[in-house]
Amino acid sequence: MKSWLTTTDHKRIGLLYFWTAFAFFLIGGLEALIIRAQLVRPEGIGVSAETFNQLFTMHGTTMVFLALMPLSAAFFNFIIPLQIGARDVAFPRLNAFSYWVFLLGGLFLNASFVAGPLFGAGQLSVAPDAGWFGYANLTSRQFSPGPNVDFWLLGLQILGIASLAAGFNFVVTILNMRAPGMRMLRLPPFTWMTLITQFLVITAFPVITVALVLLMFDRFFGTHFFLPSGGGDPILWQHLFWMFGHPEVYILILPAMGIVSEVLPTFSRKPLFGYTVVVYSGVVIAFLGWSVWAHHMFASGLGPIADSVFAGTTMLIAIPTGVKIFNWIGTLWGGQIRFTTALLFAVGFIAMFIIGGLSGVTHASAPTDLQQTDTYYVVAHIHYVLFGGTILGLFAGMYYWWPKMTGRLLSERLGKVHFWLTLIGMNLAFFPMHLSGLLGMPRRIYTYSPDLGVAGFNLVSTIGAFLVGIATLVFFWNLLRTRWQPVNAPANPWNGATLEWAIPSPPPVYNFTVIPTVANRLPLWQTERHGPMAPLPERPPAPIHVPGGSWWPMITAVGLPIMAIGALSHFLPVVLAGAVVAIVGIYGWAFEPFEM
Amino acid sequence: MAHDTHAATHHHTSMGLDSRKMAFWAFIGSECLLFGSLISTYLVYKGRSLVGPYPHEILNIPFTSFSTFDLLMSSLAMVLALAAVQRGDMKQGKLWLLVTALLGLVFLGGQFWEFSHFVHEGLGLTTNLFGSTFYVLTGTHGAHVTIGVIWLLTLWVQALRGKLGPANAMTVEITGLYWHFVDVVWIVIFTVVYLIQ
Repeated sequence: MKSWLTTTDHKRIGLLYFWTAFAFFLIGGLEALIIRAQLVRPEGIGVSAETFNQLFTMHGTTMVFLALMPLSAAFFNFIIPLQIGARDVAFPRLNAFSYWVFLLGGLFLNASFVAGPLFGAGQLSVAPDAGWFGYANLTSRQFSPGPNVDFWLLGLQILGIASLAAGFNFVVTILNMRAPGMRMLRLPPFTWMTLITQFLVITAFPVITVALVLLMFDRFFGTHFFLPSGGGDPILWQHLFWMFGHPEVYILILPAMGIVSEVLPTFSRKPLFGYTVVVYSGVVIAFLGWSVWAHHMFASGLGPIADSVFAGTTMLIAIPTGVKIFNWIGTLWGGQIRFTTALLFAVGFIAMFIIGGLSGVTHASAPTDLQQTDTYYVVAHIHYVLFGGTILGLFAGMYYWWPKMTGRLLSERLGKVHFWLTLIGMNLAFFPMHLSGLLGMPRRIYTYSPDLGVAGFNLVSTIGAFLVGIATLVFFWNLLRTRWQPVNAPANPWNGATLEWAIPSPPPVYNFTVIPTVANRLPLWQTERHGPMAPLPERPPAPIHVPGGSWWPMITAVGLPIMAIGALSHFLPVVLAGAVVAIVGIYGWAFEPFEM
Repeated sequence: MAHDTHAATHHHTSMGLDSRKMAFWAFIGSECLLFGSLISTYLVYKGRSLVGPYPHEILNIPFTSFSTFDLLMSSLAMVLALAAVQRGDMKQGKLWLLVTALLGLVFLGGQFWEFSHFVHEGLGLTTNLFGSTFYVLTGTHGAHVTIGVIWLLTLWVQALRGKLGPANAMTVEITGLYWHFVDVVWIVIFTVVYLIQ
């Protein structure tokens, strides 16, 4: 127990990230199912409008910040040091700090579901209820007098710190901790996409931090940053949020693209088609990702010039994305394909992401977008890219790397049940939303009239959502089964080409007995140009120093939610107490002898 | 800020750059976006205050020029501190670390005086958009200076205890990076807020 609380081992932190994020994924999924149950027929009466607002806000916030990002982080943590041939990340204690901050931030946000009585709210739940992008001036004290929005803005600030700390850590790890011979253009594509993602994290998160701080000043100290009554402009919130929010979209999708770029070559027995182009497309996507934010705001009336520019940049971004899709198809083309579950999910990713990408291109046109804004068409789009894209990609990664992470093989039979249920379920759930949206069903309404003519589509959506729920339980069962009925995994069960497959499953604490010297991009494969690298010795020839654990990252992390609780209850001594805890933690951390 | 007894042992890194230093450059890049967003907010709301006091009525350029000069001199002191630590002259090193911190404190004192003077003149945090954007922007900068001063004093105490030497020059160098960055940000704020009204 203590060894897990103080761990600085990237593999353990990766597993902690995985299980925590998976738990939040189940919570976010449960929220989605309640939403779908409410909408199963017109004039549903299951939950109140207020509860419904909380459900869709927490569903979006949870899935983006507590499920998808940290599930990607689970793979960053576990896989990146292995892929680059390192013994750990550059800053192991900072890595532990990121995890604890993420966990505590997530618990803080979700505590709002039961914190009502503490605030005399007259109801149990005071969960955030202003939508996951918290538009001004819905979030003002005037329209949201309770602590709901405070939970949201404080929780997201805490989570931002976790992401930023991990961002600095992985940028340095990937650039600076590579094994000898691991040149930048020999990095596995997943590592490349992670590097690009982390650059987006460290540039995008400060912007939302500023937005949240300004909102905090509006709510706590009476400023008017986003309030027209004092000359402020609610549109500024939209600019700041989407300046973060659109890079965030790529923060969510690029890791999944990296996973797919690992899975397809392995199971096609072919190198990634156009590796360099895939890498550079990722870089171009990230750059363009910074120049498209206002396409979320066409309905706010930016004027024809701004609309045209942002429509243009948005359509441009389809080019590098399309390039990648052709590269993936090119990888499959003529390969010796093995239809494992991981491959099925990767192929599913390509197909679903194409649908989501196409509906995204329709948003790029400002006149069309005006018809779609705030309808279920947008909901369909976001779920095709984030579920059909990111989640299918992450599932591919789970089936691919689970044997490496735990030393146990997942059941392929259950995996295929999981895949087909998920694929059918998600299309039943999300495809009809295009139609209900185009027919005029607004998003975020807790009930609708039978006269709208969308009852049938909503029924199908709900059936699909519950199929996805069942599929996820099958997956959960598959995970648990590896504990109860273990099937041990060999070091390289899939015949992968990259360094993580050169070491046992699960890897020993020091990862590599000897740091390998890398001579090419596919070190474990026999190709026409080179043979596989020599196997590493089974035992380390010399003793390897493994850094011990540390309490300080967790202690420092604990200070942050204490400060947030103080802010939430408008009680300065608690804020100061939290600050003292964090400062003690930082000093303990700084002066602790910790040998790398 | 890590006091690493093994800092002298140079670890091999792929880019040949110390990992902590690289992380700090990444951090500074991130901070640019933070201050960039705050400065943009200031500029967007410039001239949109509904009531006074307005910037030209209240900003005192000669006084703030002095503060700016003080902060620039602290960067000079920081350079001298790092040079002294690198060549192992801890007597000078201690002196210049302390001078850097004290010049930082003088800047903070000036900011404190400026804020209380403005409040006295009727410009509070919530008075108008100018007050809100001004206090949040310069206050965030002031918080960075405060952290820098605490950091410098921590190093100074370490030096007094004989625990800071040429082996920890990288720690001092990183402190310097932070300090110079905060200084550069102030030059931008001084230009945008005070000089171009």
